[in-house]
Amino acid sequence: MARFGMVIDTRKCVGCMDCVVACKTENDVPDGYCRDWIAQRLQGSMPDLRLTITSERCNHCDSPPCVTCCPTGASHVHDFGKVVLVDHGKCIGCKACLAACPYDARFVHPDGYADKCTFCIHRVEKGLNPACVSVCPTHSMHFGDLDDPASEVSRLIASRRHFVLKPDAGTKPRIFYLE
Amino acid sequence: MLEIITTRHNPMIDPSLHVWGWEIPVYLFLGGWVAGCMVLSGWLMRHGRAPGQRSVAYVLPWVGVVLLSLGMGALFLDLEHKLYVWRMYLTLQPTSPMSWGGWILILVYPVLLLGALASVPGALLSRWTSLEKFRVRLTRPASLSRLGTANIALGIALGIYTGILLSSLGARPLWASAALGPLFLVSGLSTGAAFAHMVARDPAEQSTLLRADNAFLMVELALIALFLIGHLTSGAVHSNAAALLLGGPYTAVFWVFVVGLGIVLPLLVQSLMASHRIGHTLIAPLLVMLGGLALRFVIVSAGQYSHWISP
Repeated sequence: MARFGMVIDTRKCVGCMDCVVACKTENDVPDGYCRDWIAQRLQGSMPDLRLTITSERCNHCDSPPCVTCCPTGASHVHDFGKVVLVDHGKCIGCKACLAACPYDARFVHPDGYADKCTFCIHRVEKGLNPACVSVCPTHSMHFGDLDDPASEVSRLIASRRHFVLKPDAGTKPRIFYLE
Repeated sequence: MLEIITTRHNPMIDPSLHVWGWEIPVYLFLGGWVAGCMVLSGWLMRHGRAPGQRSVAYVLPWVGVVLLSLGMGALFLDLEHKLYVWRMYLTLQPTSPMSWGGWILILVYPVLLLGALASVPGALLSRWTSLEKFRVRLTRPASLSRLGTANIALGIALGIYTGILLSSLGARPLWASAALGPLFLVSGLSTGAAFAHMVARDPAEQSTLLRADNAFLMVELALIALFLIGHLTSGAVHSNAAALLLGGPYTAVFWVFVVGLGIVLPLLVQSLMASHRIGHTLIAPLLVMLGGLALRFVIVSAGQYSHWISP
């Protein structure tokens, strides 16, 4: 059983936002909302400054608090690739999952249900990469099965220094950033 | 220095999470108030208070039905996908306190209605003989004792649930405290007791409820202290969250409206009332109730403001 994850090389990412545009186009994300976004973190003090650019989205955590808090089971871990999804027909719009996510990755769709990144599962089921990965002009984004030691994402994690966002939140995120 | 620039903008999330407005604090306050009413009326029922004795024990269930309906109305208004609310009752999600709460509310209604039915004069039910027979059976001492136990158990469950609902959402550090469930329960008890001694007609019962309210207020103060100490001794994320109430943007409203006007001042006034140095006044119990409402507003709002430190 696959367990999908993403690896993003912060040395290659230039923050061009192609991933954001591709996601909005592919998933018909409404105006004024986003399923993924770019964050720039400037750390240090002059002259020792370090700029890290990260393309961020739902981390499809191994311990997803959005799933455990959902009162209807609308938020669930899909069998295919252990991707965290929302069943729109079950969501009552209580917003508990929005409050439970330490990454603030969810939002309420104008139609009333909680919405977020799906890892473009409709594409992945056809053997394609998520839209954001497929359009990245610097090839900084990689997608695959974290449980397969031969996959590109597993090899990158094994060979490069990396970090995840907010590890102390204890959610075991599955998006890894290469340093 | 850490400066973060982000391209994201999702309404209700950015620049800081604000997914729950006035509806949820009002619902949590009314839920706590109902919980207090249930525990107190249950306690009085178990202590031999029978319908017809002018006991507040049989006023509180009526009040509880109205308050709970208003609270659930507020909860419904908060839902973004309102037509799908029935989905809540097709499943029980064991890891979701909100799911437990939905089912607890379903159990609370019939128990409140039984308490209300017990207080209906028999003459009014003369047309419905089977209902009147049921009421007569319900008002036997053994039945009232069992109804009292059910009220206490469900009242405690409802009161604690209103706090656990928030404390289970660990992404908001201010809410991530085991003290929040007991704090909201005791706040609900103090609100319920304040209302009960405000409307009680029997002087002995009023005095008992007044003393109970003072005890609840003192426990509430202790739980607030434990809540803050727990955060301050739990690392940077939690001490930053506590700082929202200790010098941060919520400091004034918390200490003035929740602690000062909502607990300390009414506790002083009610202590004077309990020792018969001043007569019974409505101001103190009203302040207790407003303090309970302010507590929910501050905790819900400040909790959404608190967050994990990036990255």
